[in-house]
Amino acid sequence: MQDSLLKVQGLQVEFNSRRGKAMVLNGVDLEIHQGQTLCLVGESGCGKSMTALALLQLIPSPPGKISGGQVFFHGEDLLRATQERMQEVRGNRISMIFQEPMTSLNPVFSVGDQVAESLRLHAGLDPAAARLQAIEMLKQVGIPAPERRVDEYPHQLSGGMRQRVMIAIALACRPDILIADEPTTALDVTVQAQIFDLLRDLQRERGTAILLITHDMGAVAEMADRVMVMYAGRVIEQGNTAQVLRQAGHPYTRGLINCLPELGSSIHNERTDLAEIAGMVPSIWELSKGCAFRERCTQAMDICAHDVPPMFNMADSSPSAPHMTACWLQADQAPARGHAA
Amino acid sequence: MKEIDQVQGPWREAMHMFMRNRSAIAGIVMLGLVLLVAIAGPWVLGADPFEIRAAPLTPPLSEDAFLGTDYLGRDVLTTLVYGGRATLLVGAIAALLSVTIGITLGAFAGYYGGRVDAILMRITEFFQVLPALLFAMVVVTLFSPSLVTITLAIGVVSWTGTARLTRAEFMKYRNLDFVRAQRSIGASHARIIWRVILPNALPPLIVSATLAIGAAILFEAGLSFLGLGDPNQMSWGLMIGSSRQYIFSCWWAVAFPGTAIFITVLAVSLIGDGLNDALNPKLRER
Amino acid sequence: MGALRYLLSRLLQGLALVLAVVVLNFILVHAAPGDPVETIAGASGGMSEELQAELRKQYGLDKPLPVQLGIYLGRVVTGDLGYSYFFNLPVSNLIAERVPATLLLVLTSVLAAFLIGTTLGVLSARRPNGWLSQMINVMSLVGFAAPVFWMGMLLIILLASVFPIFPVSGMRAIESSGKGWGDVLDVLHHLILPALTLGLVYLAQYSRLSRAAMLDVLGADYIRTARAKGLSDRAVLYKHALRNAVLPVITVLGLQFGNVLAGAIVVETVFNWPGLGRLAFESVLRRDYPTILGVLLFSAVVVVVMNQLTDLCYRLIDPRIKSS
Repeated sequence: MQDSLLKVQGLQVEFNSRRGKAMVLNGVDLEIHQGQTLCLVGESGCGKSMTALALLQLIPSPPGKISGGQVFFHGEDLLRATQERMQEVRGNRISMIFQEPMTSLNPVFSVGDQVAESLRLHAGLDPAAARLQAIEMLKQVGIPAPERRVDEYPHQLSGGMRQRVMIAIALACRPDILIADEPTTALDVTVQAQIFDLLRDLQRERGTAILLITHDMGAVAEMADRVMVMYAGRVIEQGNTAQVLRQAGHPYTRGLINCLPELGSSIHNERTDLAEIAGMVPSIWELSKGCAFRERCTQAMDICAHDVPPMFNMADSSPSAPHMTACWLQADQAPARGHAA
Repeated sequence: MKEIDQVQGPWREAMHMFMRNRSAIAGIVMLGLVLLVAIAGPWVLGADPFEIRAAPLTPPLSEDAFLGTDYLGRDVLTTLVYGGRATLLVGAIAALLSVTIGITLGAFAGYYGGRVDAILMRITEFFQVLPALLFAMVVVTLFSPSLVTITLAIGVVSWTGTARLTRAEFMKYRNLDFVRAQRSIGASHARIIWRVILPNALPPLIVSATLAIGAAILFEAGLSFLGLGDPNQMSWGLMIGSSRQYIFSCWWAVAFPGTAIFITVLAVSLIGDGLNDALNPKLRER
Repeated sequence: MGALRYLLSRLLQGLALVLAVVVLNFILVHAAPGDPVETIAGASGGMSEELQAELRKQYGLDKPLPVQLGIYLGRVVTGDLGYSYFFNLPVSNLIAERVPATLLLVLTSVLAAFLIGTTLGVLSARRPNGWLSQMINVMSLVGFAAPVFWMGMLLIILLASVFPIFPVSGMRAIESSGKGWGDVLDVLHHLILPALTLGLVYLAQYSRLSRAAMLDVLGADYIRTARAKGLSDRAVLYKHALRNAVLPVITVLGLQFGNVLAGAIVVETVFNWPGLGRLAFESVLRRDYPTILGVLLFSAVVVVVMNQLTDLCYRLIDPRIKSS
């Protein structure tokens, strides 16, 4: 097994408000390896974005708080790091791009300035060198006529181009890991494909590991080496893309995969209703005992209402390609080591 | 089956939020007191605030004058009680006038757009450029100061803020789908403006109206202070203005009426702030 | 070229506004009950009919209104604002004499209020529930609710009588020579209380406004991006946030100039400050219409100019508008 680049254990994030305390993340474990793409999948509100923000400690701090866990990066626990150390890591060793390219760039600075800012901050380049490098970065992310665009302002660029600028900013200092939080959700479908292509190319060239957060199973199929499925603040399944898509262990995962309508299905077959997962994601303020998916699960058993299932190895799991699920349906398999619920 | 919190309509929910806001409640209490004194006080006292009741420049807590007398010998307490009427009356009606003008102009400008908007905006700009206090002073002087002229003057120069706000709201709403739906079923423009859009645009306008009352009260006080108020009506500003030469010898004739103005406007502001918090969902989580 | 045409059109719009103001006031003054000559006659204790007719002719009051308006406008364009009924001096001279004093007062108050207020507001946005923020809340309530003239008088009582640190009124000490460094210090000494009074109201407003603007900006997505880049809190606040937050404050600053003039009238009256505001007030009392019209015209021009300047400033700072 390759050495992991980033290893997260038992990450817990809680939110405090007038309504009480909510555990937004309830013991998340994950590992990212060199040059690999790990996808975090789940519905809105399952905690996947929160996980990404927690890695860089960007969680809005009055209501939110990282209340437990460890984030090992090159042997160092980032959760114990100082503010200054985190500022060194952000944008430099671990970068992040966000969902809304329309509002993620500062409107009063040129795009070139914003790319160059990272270079000047982390690589210590002087203004002239940073500008040249910024133009080069813009070219690499596929922006035409970068020497002209470098002085333009965000409002003069389309959404797709702004997202490319965000990628340029993120990769300017050659980080080890790029966290992409639903980078294409706000873009047109055609642009989505372009952005994913770009990310794949850049990853191949630079060997950057990518943590891709998405709710789109199609994107998972395209981009991911490994997949982690999250539900209500917990990881409920993880494995290689092939393993998870072909032999999903958790009813929720299967539900997600089934939700994808087949392209052209209404032409070939009779029109069938779209598959859906009945019910709604439980509110984080009302987490109950037992498995959080129980109320929507067609295969729920008695034990599901009492005890939270630990991770169990799936049949196709192997030491180099582990495939695990937190579901009592797999209880007759060996429990996965080191993963208490 | 879980218990669901009772869903309340937005107005009731706002009322509840408002009721929980301590400073807003304080504002209501203060305003209530002021209103009580202003309305019931003269009836109770039955005196003439202009009457010379004791020796001039008597300090407070003296026998004849609980809050002292001014340089003429007029009783400050009586002034406080009677002065409220003019101030509150002018404040409320002038604010009503300015808000009415503002909402009407703003609604038409925002809803119709185009030429109507351009013309109305020119008019609004004109009134914005006009030096408000100076113009009001001129109007009041020309048509001799009375409660009516003062109220009209204040109302006529103060509506531009409300107009701009209303216009912005109407421009926001006029393109929304539910408004377009009304058009498509044949609703008249008038109906859409007054019965469809306005009720939705009301929250910020209510807040603006509350602030307008405070501003009108201050405006009236300013005019009275400068001696341009109604000479037959006792007003807090009048008492302060007339005592200007003698502030070192009777600070009480300045301090008490001024505090009365301050408390009244403060109460109105607190209520306005409370309404703003209650009616503006964006700020609720802060 | 587009910029020039834009500038020109704004200029014309401004002129049209000023013109409209002048016309309105002229109409008002001359259509109201009472006649300026009667006022003068009354003030000077009686005048024969012949003399009154003579005066009317001299002031052109015997001609029909539109003609009078035309004459007046014609004169205004050349800078002749008529003669004061009271002083018998050219109105333009009267105004020019008093403008510096008002300018000094207003600029000091507004500038100080803007700088201090914005600083306080921006700093308090870091801790929206901290003591600085609470103080701003209180200050802004007090600043709005307390009448300006009352504040001024309280300050006089407190800081010129109880603790006689500052002079009670006026711009200079009576025995002042009016020259040299001593004079500058003397004026500054007299400036403090009136500037404080006028400034406090605006201080309250600007701090509240800049805090709101800052909080708004701090919640924006691009601030999250800046943090994700590894920028320090300071850099995020002062480089990325501040420039965006200052925009609405500047807008309000410029647009509020009309209000500042109104405040100046009251403050100058309270403190006997020899400026335009006090001239305006006294002219109203004295029914000195040429002067009133002159001051109205002047202040309308100032407001229009300030509006244009603010607009220009805003365009320079916000690139989104530059290219549209």
